[in-house]
Amino acid sequence: MIEKIFSTLIQIALVLLLSPLVTGFNRAFKARVQTRRGPSLIQPYRDLYKLLRKGMVIPETASWIFTATPYVLFVTTLLASLLIPTVSANAPLSLFGGVLAVVYLLALGRFFLALGGLDTGSSFGGLGSSREMTISAIAEPALMLAVFTVAIGAGSTNLSTVALSALGQSWRFLAPSQMLAFAALFIVLIAETGRIPVDNPATHLELTMIHEAMILEYSGPYLALIEWAAFIKQLVLMTILVNVFFPFGLATDWSAGSVLFSLALFIAKLLLLAIVVAVVEVSNAKMRLFRVPELLAIAFVLSALALVSTFLFQA
Amino acid sequence: MWPIGELYSAGLLVYAVAALAGLAAYFRKLNAAWVAACLCCASLAAAALEFCASAGALLAGTEFNWSLPSGIPFLHYGVCLDPLSAFFNLALSLLAACVAVYSVGYLKHGAAQRRPGLFCCFFNLMLLALTLVFTASNIVFFLIAWELVVVTSYFLVVTDHESLESRQGGSLYMLMSRGGTGLLYIGFLLLASAAGSMEFQALHGCGAKLSPALGAAAFPMLFFGFGVKAGIIPLHIWLPAAHPVAPSNVSALMSGIVIKTGIYGMARVFFDFYPDLPVWAGMLVLAAGVISALLGVLYALMEHDLKRLLAYHSIENIGIILMGFGSALLFRSFGHPQLAALALVAGLFHTLNHGVFKCLLFLGAGSVLQGAKTRNMEEMGGLIRRMPWTALFFLIGAIAISGLPPLNGFVSEWFTYQGLLAGFGATPTLTRIAFPIAGAMLALTAALAAACFVKAFGITFLALPRTENAEHASEAPLSMKTGMAALALSCVVLGLGATWFIPVFASITQQAFGVQITGQLVAGNSLLLTAGSVHNGSVSPLVLAVALVALGAVPLLLWFALGRKSKRATGPAWDCGLPGLTSANEYTATAFSKPLRMIFGAIFRPHREIQAEFDVSPYYPKAIHFESEIEPTFETQIYQPLLKGFMALTARMRKIQTGSIHAYLAYIFVTLILLLLIEVRG
Repeated sequence: MIEKIFSTLIQIALVLLLSPLVTGFNRAFKARVQTRRGPSLIQPYRDLYKLLRKGMVIPETASWIFTATPYVLFVTTLLASLLIPTVSANAPLSLFGGVLAVVYLLALGRFFLALGGLDTGSSFGGLGSSREMTISAIAEPALMLAVFTVAIGAGSTNLSTVALSALGQSWRFLAPSQMLAFAALFIVLIAETGRIPVDNPATHLELTMIHEAMILEYSGPYLALIEWAAFIKQLVLMTILVNVFFPFGLATDWSAGSVLFSLALFIAKLLLLAIVVAVVEVSNAKMRLFRVPELLAIAFVLSALALVSTFLFQA
Repeated sequence: MWPIGELYSAGLLVYAVAALAGLAAYFRKLNAAWVAACLCCASLAAAALEFCASAGALLAGTEFNWSLPSGIPFLHYGVCLDPLSAFFNLALSLLAACVAVYSVGYLKHGAAQRRPGLFCCFFNLMLLALTLVFTASNIVFFLIAWELVVVTSYFLVVTDHESLESRQGGSLYMLMSRGGTGLLYIGFLLLASAAGSMEFQALHGCGAKLSPALGAAAFPMLFFGFGVKAGIIPLHIWLPAAHPVAPSNVSALMSGIVIKTGIYGMARVFFDFYPDLPVWAGMLVLAAGVISALLGVLYALMEHDLKRLLAYHSIENIGIILMGFGSALLFRSFGHPQLAALALVAGLFHTLNHGVFKCLLFLGAGSVLQGAKTRNMEEMGGLIRRMPWTALFFLIGAIAISGLPPLNGFVSEWFTYQGLLAGFGATPTLTRIAFPIAGAMLALTAALAAACFVKAFGITFLALPRTENAEHASEAPLSMKTGMAALALSCVVLGLGATWFIPVFASITQQAFGVQITGQLVAGNSLLLTAGSVHNGSVSPLVLAVALVALGAVPLLLWFALGRKSKRATGPAWDCGLPGLTSANEYTATAFSKPLRMIFGAIFRPHREIQAEFDVSPYYPKAIHFESEIEPTFETQIYQPLLKGFMALTARMRKIQTGSIHAYLAYIFVTLILLLLIEVRG
């Protein structure tokens, strides 16, 4: 019990501290590739610190939904991060909700975020909410089918069990079903975290905004919570990708050596994935909104192929 | 031991007395509000009695049997409160109680207010008939009760019979129901001929006695016969026509429980009368589930009439229930009673859950309707300020129906997912691919439902009011709020307390498959819900909810450490540089669903017309007329040709109906001769 609470607190701290770093690294690397000097690696921390101390303006038209949204979003995303294995293969709360709970907790946060966007009555909020709910809805079947493929392979929807089972067969990621599912999930990651070519987090151009349009009216500490939740969500999805498909080095006990080794490897894997995301971002242009369904259809086909290949090779 | 029989009969008696009292009040022209209030209290008391009887029967796991001969061949007034009946009766009485409380306040306004006695008469009669449908144990008696539900609910739907829309919706409902009952007659007669009896007890397992061909013929008859009532696509068209025009407390019961009589019938036939079904039957049910769920939610997204939107969501949720039933049938065919029990629990639990949150949402829509005087979401907005309680309850219902944790919708969808996932490993050949694909479609459905309820809640309750009526809306009275609060609480309790509720299904799965799975579905000191075992996957809505609250400490600590001194001001929202934000700047329901309308254009076939009036240049329009509609595919592609063909046929028949008495005498004479000839030759 004590151990459980302790590991939960450690994971909370790890997730809170690590998530801005991944985003900072992604931005810094992108700038380097584009031969810009770019922001410092720790700029996201500075932003959060600044925002948390700033004053804020609440729109007159907003109701309590607007105020509740940052809390709900932050808390649901943080809880989702406690259900996935990060450094230890045994995630602190993995018993209390598997991958379905992760997906649906993120959906609960998104539900409130979209309501928060509509609550202000400004056109931008509604625009962002509408687009966000649309894209997440059509990303959902690809996400779930890829997740099912992985869950069927491991015989469990519990992410720690999945990671442990993958740990037992280190070369499983070379199976066609795993590679196809990884590709599908990677596309979903791009869409869900609002990266180019689906959304551009660095712009405030009304024609292209999705996530930024929803949170346009938020400021100060509320904005900090929303931004931080976005960092954590990105970390959650990336962690699922790296630790479910490439679980090498995940700690299975609590000895200092294995934990430190696992932590170092975990960060390295995350940063590697952040580099891949950055490369995709700089080498693509943003898509028109109505081209996005085609991209997500590709993801769905990939995950369906992953399923079929499980059927063919595993039977 | 509870006196189950006595409680059950007392409940029926109170319903009957309340119905008669309502009729008496109508003839005595007693139209005061207190009449309605008293009769609603009677319904509440009857529902409470039925609730106790059903709960007692479920918990004790005993059956209550009672029968009265009628003197008519084949008909016995037999009732049986076995676990399956008790479960549906439990759901019915829970919803009926909440709706009865709500109706006390609701009946003070609207069309029912003019004849409260008559309304309450039909209301109680319908509840009585529903109780009998769920508990009848004789085919003829069951069908009589079934028809009584149709008739009473028809009269309730057309309460506002001055409006053409009401009458049309009611007629369509009546017509479709009649068609469905016709199919049921054929199916039941085939089953009864195999069993040689009209009693449900004799029918148990009688599907095996039918020859394969007859069995294959009877199954679709019963499935589609009950499917009309449940509202599976393409038999759904009456649902979005009839539910919105009924008074909201009636819509709540219609969507909450009346359509579930179809689900009850299917459960009874699939899992009680048929000991086994071929694989194609399971696939048919699963496919019908997927199609209904997906198309139901897609059509819901395009609606901006709040009650029609909710009606389409009923179709969606029936689809989710049928996914559970379909997988249960397939598992049984392939010899996995444990998994079949898991899938059946998923379907039945979702049946109850959908009843609770859909009832809540329709009651919420009823409050909105009374407050804002419209069903059109585009004329609402900002109601969260005027109607804070209704908004809160509607939000809880919206979260529950979107399947979001930790409420009840999440739990039953989670079980449905687990059933579908298990299908891959447990079934041979290509059926195994069907399961995960159905799971992916369930994911799409759930995500679209979330989008739809962001729209429904956001456009109705948030931002600025769009009309005068919305601006001056008033909150519902206490009784209506109490009814909604009870249902909202049920959503929370059934979600967080699912581990304590699941054992209720033990006797049902025992009855259906001879296995008790519920012991395996709950683990870890009643904290965890599992998919058969903890290894396969587990979830704990209660722990998740507690953790959500506990994690609230993190943002509070952050605020305490850093943001304590930050100032908080209110100011105008960004209005794009216009002189102030008005309701014209807001996103509308039509605009919100526009991306999905374009993406799924192949299904919707949207059609729009824009006319701009201008003086000098088309770039400076004075007024713009915009019209957008989607093609109601099923109505235009299936039902209209059908109707046309039928009309053409009747036009031909008219030629022999000349109206001349000589002609009719000639017909009779010819028929007589023919019959005599046949008799002589035979």
